[in-house]
Amino acid sequence: MALDQSFVGRTYPPTAPYEVGREKIREFAEAVGDANPAYTDADAAKALGHPDVIAPPTFVFSITFKAAAQVVQDPQLGLDYSRVVHGDQKFAYVRPVRAGDRLTVTSTIEGIKSLAGNDVLDIRGEVHDESGEHVVTAWTKLVARAAEEA
Amino acid sequence: MTEPTPTPPASPIAYGDVEVGTELPAQSFPVDRATLVRYAGASGDFNPIHWNEKFAKDVGLPDVIAHGMFTMAEAIRVVTDWTGDPGSVVEYGVRFTRPVVVPNDDRGAVIEVSGKVAAKLDDNRVRVDLLATSGGQKVLGMSRAVVRLG
Repeated sequence: MALDQSFVGRTYPPTAPYEVGREKIREFAEAVGDANPAYTDADAAKALGHPDVIAPPTFVFSITFKAAAQVVQDPQLGLDYSRVVHGDQKFAYVRPVRAGDRLTVTSTIEGIKSLAGNDVLDIRGEVHDESGEHVVTAWTKLVARAAEEA
Repeated sequence: MTEPTPTPPASPIAYGDVEVGTELPAQSFPVDRATLVRYAGASGDFNPIHWNEKFAKDVGLPDVIAHGMFTMAEAIRVVTDWTGDPGSVVEYGVRFTRPVVVPNDDRGAVIEVSGKVAAKLDDNRVRVDLLATSGGQKVLGMSRAVVRLG
């Protein structure tokens, strides 16, 4: 069933702050096999001009996707999450995420389309730090595949 | 899984030293089931299609597949290892066109990533187009990063 177009433009309340831990950054960097010292060594990060260790570019997805659950699980929207696949992902950074950040995410539905029976949902997540400064924007395209014919 | 070996600090890439067509050093990223379990834990994405073969096959996949976000995380390493500073990435986007299938054997899969400078932009920024393949097939589409150089 096609999703309700009137949800386009809807913005959800900001999430509670997520505090970025340096050991969580290390765990993520190790999981992707990335030994760049900017992720684990504060002195190396400072030598590059960062105040503390920074997170790999895609780290923030774990935070924005959790926030997008508000949209995905909105019973009024009625998306069938069991059929959802990740279509596209994009980030635009004002600055890298770093240890100690307390980040909130505000999710907005940017688009709803129906293509060949698939529902295509575009969600924008605006990530701000504790002082209200914009850190990064994440755009996530989710595709709910059409249900098979009974 | 072996611990990542430290990479030597990359020499800074200057905007004036690159041209459209400049190639970034290509890299190969192996991925096996243990990699996926580790990434699931680090990212919080426990979707069973990334670790449970029976589940993956029941939903129509050929086998367990890598997290799209894992592939996205590996692909940008070609850029961040090139510039040395992961904070140089100002934009990064991909389309997940084909899954990376990860068989439960002693080899797993390999993600091959290459990149080249596709455009020189203002403000010392360049656009890098990335090509990511696995088993000879392209796994990311529209894979592009905008990077600020020194």
